[in-house]
Amino acid sequence: MAVTLTITVDRDRCVGAGMCALTAPEVFDQDDEEGRVVVLDTEPAPAHQAAARHAAGLCPAAAITVTATDTTTHQQ
Amino acid sequence: MHDDPSANPAVPAPDLAQHSEPVTLPTDRRKGCPFDPPAELTQYRDEQPLRRLRFPDGHIGWLATGHSVCRAIMADARFSSRKELMHDPHMDIGDMEMPPAAPGEFLHMDEPQHGRYRKLLAGKFTVRRMRLLTERVEQVTADHLDAMEKAGTAVDLVSAFAKPIPAIMICELLGVPYQDRNSFQEQAATIFNSDNLDDKMAAYTAIQAYLTQLVAAKRTEPTDDILSDLTESDLTDEELIGVGFLVLAAGLDTTANMLGLGTFALLSNPDQLAALRSDPSLAGQAVEELLRYLTIADPMLRVALEDIEIDGRLIKAGEVIVVSLQAANRDPAKYPEPDRLDLHRKAIGHLAFGHGAHQCLGQQLARVEMSVAFPALLTRFPTLRLAVPPEEVPLRANPGIYGVQSLPVTWDKE
Repeated sequence: MAVTLTITVDRDRCVGAGMCALTAPEVFDQDDEEGRVVVLDTEPAPAHQAAARHAAGLCPAAAITVTATDTTTHQQ
Repeated sequence: MHDDPSANPAVPAPDLAQHSEPVTLPTDRRKGCPFDPPAELTQYRDEQPLRRLRFPDGHIGWLATGHSVCRAIMADARFSSRKELMHDPHMDIGDMEMPPAAPGEFLHMDEPQHGRYRKLLAGKFTVRRMRLLTERVEQVTADHLDAMEKAGTAVDLVSAFAKPIPAIMICELLGVPYQDRNSFQEQAATIFNSDNLDDKMAAYTAIQAYLTQLVAAKRTEPTDDILSDLTESDLTDEELIGVGFLVLAAGLDTTANMLGLGTFALLSNPDQLAALRSDPSLAGQAVEELLRYLTIADPMLRVALEDIEIDGRLIKAGEVIVVSLQAANRDPAKYPEPDRLDLHRKAIGHLAFGHGAHQCLGQQLARVEMSVAFPALLTRFPTLRLAVPPEEVPLRANPGIYGVQSLPVTWDKE
């Protein structure tokens, strides 16, 4: 089953703790001004999906939302 | 006006009789178990992760000890950090009123005041910026290991290693002349730990005077550091002094204790020490496990701003909650065999840096410092060991931040 993860963030909630950039550096970074989350990859490849989910769970401000969509195409 | 809880089916029945008696906050660790939370604290968590607590001044509040309930409380903005609403869990301060947070003391503020300060600082402590300091931390660490080698075959690891490395880093970042740190550190210790009110006031005045001249100097002659950068923000001098005090005090007294107590813990767990020494790439996850296992900054305080139902209990507005992060980080519901130091464990999700909007601002700096310092120490001194029996290592009585006062160590000359 192929799953597409879509990452959305609420930068107003973000407190710049950096848990996301620490946990999933391929998916998240922080800006240099206020340390707030920057999404590097809104649809991370399968190799980075687990880290992205972890990062969402660890966010101290619950500022990251991960939505999974099943994108399997059924062959006839 | 508050709803009658009995009218709401979502609110459970009152406490079971055997659990309704408020307890007092256990603070004494068992002899011979310097790394473990007080036994009663562990027992309370296993019985009831959220229970009634009697404060020394008579206030009946709550004690949170389970991982999930502690995390939920810390994440919930309806639980306030405002100092003036708190009751002290350690002593009865009598008729003295807790003052509200001083300007810049954003640790004890809620939104939006807290966020105004935090966003000015968070960009200075990002994962990326802190990793850029790795080389500098390596250099400072190597300098201190060199000095230890030159000193002979025995030192107090706290004064030779654990304290100076994070102190140099935070002084450089903030822009505080390193030679000034000792008097600052002494005065800060007096403010936080002394029982003598006159001494406290004198130390407070001295620190204010010191930071006042430092802020003035940064305004007239800015240098490349955080305090100088902050003079370009809308913060007043008073606020800058408050922020400077908070960041400096936090930088001097936290990682230092992790390095001291952490080394003691590693020396007391030779198999874990051997694992880290033989595989320095384990450092990142070893640091997380040491953070979980030791949880030196504890407890946290929160106060309910309204009636809040959590974990099946009703916390009333005005009730203070002691959030025990050390108990939470040893919760068997979260971590199997929680009382075992296991550097191969995935300790993610620990609450050692807190959780929620106030989660430690300097955590990424602390991670870099520890990931460098622990393996460097173990690699440089393959025969490092305690120079005294473990029960003679003096532990800190500070109720806010735990650690060792000194750590006498020795090693064989090559």
